[in-house]
Amino acid sequence: MDMETDQIYQVDVGNLLAFNSNHRFPAAPSSREELVKECVTEGTKLVQAIADTLFNFPSTETSDGPLVQLPPPTTKLPREKHLPRPKPPTKWEEFALKKGIQKRKKDKIVYDETTDKFKRRHGYDRVNDDNDIPIIEAKASDEPGEDPFAKRLDDKKKRVGKQEKNRLQNLKTAAKAGALPSHVQLAATALPISGTKAQPQKIGKEALGDVAGLAATSTASGGKFDKKLPGEKPPKKQGKHHKYLPVVPRHGGVDEEKEQTNKVLGKLLSKHSHEILNVGKAINMYNDKKEKKKSGRSDKLKAKKDITKKKPYANKADK
Amino acid sequence: MMEIRTPKTHKAKRVLEKRAPKLVENGKKTLILHGTKTSATVSSVLMELYRLKKGGAIKYSRRNENIRPFESGGETSLEFFSLKTDCSIFVYGSHTKKRPDNLVLGRMYDHHVYDLIEVGIENFKSLLSFSYDKKIAPHEGSKPFICFTGEGFDNVPELKQLKEVLTDLFRGEVVENLNLTGLDRAYICTAISPTKVFLTHCAIKLKKSGTIVPRIELVEVGPSMDLVIRRNRLPNEGLRKEAMRSSKDKPKKKVKNVDQNDVLGKLGRVYIPEQEVGKIPLADKSKGVKRERREGKLKKNKEEGSASKKLKESE
Repeated sequence: MDMETDQIYQVDVGNLLAFNSNHRFPAAPSSREELVKECVTEGTKLVQAIADTLFNFPSTETSDGPLVQLPPPTTKLPREKHLPRPKPPTKWEEFALKKGIQKRKKDKIVYDETTDKFKRRHGYDRVNDDNDIPIIEAKASDEPGEDPFAKRLDDKKKRVGKQEKNRLQNLKTAAKAGALPSHVQLAATALPISGTKAQPQKIGKEALGDVAGLAATSTASGGKFDKKLPGEKPPKKQGKHHKYLPVVPRHGGVDEEKEQTNKVLGKLLSKHSHEILNVGKAINMYNDKKEKKKSGRSDKLKAKKDITKKKPYANKADK
Repeated sequence: MMEIRTPKTHKAKRVLEKRAPKLVENGKKTLILHGTKTSATVSSVLMELYRLKKGGAIKYSRRNENIRPFESGGETSLEFFSLKTDCSIFVYGSHTKKRPDNLVLGRMYDHHVYDLIEVGIENFKSLLSFSYDKKIAPHEGSKPFICFTGEGFDNVPELKQLKEVLTDLFRGEVVENLNLTGLDRAYICTAISPTKVFLTHCAIKLKKSGTIVPRIELVEVGPSMDLVIRRNRLPNEGLRKEAMRSSKDKPKKKVKNVDQNDVLGKLGRVYIPEQEVGKIPLADKSKGVKRERREGKLKKNKEEGSASKKLKESE
């Protein structure tokens, strides 16, 4: 092999990659083994070229062996994920930027004037603990019936709620810009119809009444002896609605039971009785019943009866 | 109504941070799965590929009937798997009458299909059929050499894409420091025709030569196969540009406070920061740590020891 006609390989040491673009198979290789052999020899040359540069790097000796520093790879390969996007500033950050407010690091230990000691800022036995205030002095603006301690707790709850809302808003804007922090996930708890705001479901009067009725009757005595609230209506009659006609006819009045039976008979025996009876429906019902009875005796699915086994009363006719 | 969900354990948080998009990315993981029908060749190819890429690959064993990489709707399952396993390269093997012994190599960008290339496998030789001295067998997870031979890889666009995909597939992690004793495998890809590539996996034997650079000898150990190009799909230009975009390289970190002096040698400057009384960490007042308690315990042990000795002596 002439050294002058040495092929130039494209070597990317960072990836341990080598590419020989000038190789051409001289002729159709005669057999598979020859082809394989030639490929392996070409490969060896390439690996040797990479190793030449690699072993000439300055190496540091470690317990496992010589360590070299690889240069960054030169072949560009596509990324697997997008580049991290810059986070949009939060509402507070924008405000602080505008006003020129600098961040100040807070100390963990703060001097407490009431006890003349250094106490921690957060945690057990902290400075300015809300629970520790023994007396709150009344101001001229206070109402007489108001509990100032409860009011303080309430105020704190409101502040915390507001802060949570703001935090959610900030995260939403960050998610819109595609820069949600990796450990946070925004989950929809209820899915609204796209384009509309989900309206809270309004319950109708009837439905409310039903529910109230259910609640009222769910006591031990069925709600009979409970005090009724002002405006509450008596419960609707539950269960089956029976109308029983009187056995003995009213004094000089009509025998209602007789009337009822006469009515039915009249309809059946009249000239136009066939119009009353829905013949089609009757036929369908009869046919269905017949088919059900038939299919019930599906021979394939039922276990075959053993004829050889004799049963007592075998001679009795089946239904 | 939106709700903020944060991980409740440190482990979960670390996993989420590992999977987040970063400036310098982790090595790409490979997802190996097969389709409705696979022949013996395809299943052994997938199995051996998995073994070669043990540390950074996930192999699914069930068949996936609804994955059709080249059809528009057939990628949703793949993208879902990619999202769940955090894999950006996939190898999908199948076998049909029209496309026997088929392998689809694909890559993902942001868990959506970036590009695909379909190859057919011919003349497959499994790694079990190669006999060699077991001492030179390559170790699992070692960084391989990758070699491409043939002008086809420059001229034919499909082969160019195949070259890129194979580099991505075999590369593994990008490392800064490399241990030279751990170099024991090489992948050789030769373009034997504009549509066929011969791929084989060899172990490296380092032989003594006169110089620092040892003489390399390759021994075929692993699977070898012929890849016949069938279909491919290139990424669209905009997506490709976005995926190839990389931020400016980080400027090399200056080593501060170090001086070189001819007389004294290497000099360093040590700064003692101002002592901030407000920020001193409080003492560890936990029960077992207090000195009185420690000393008390020591005393007690000593007494017990001497008491037992006394007992022994008296006996």
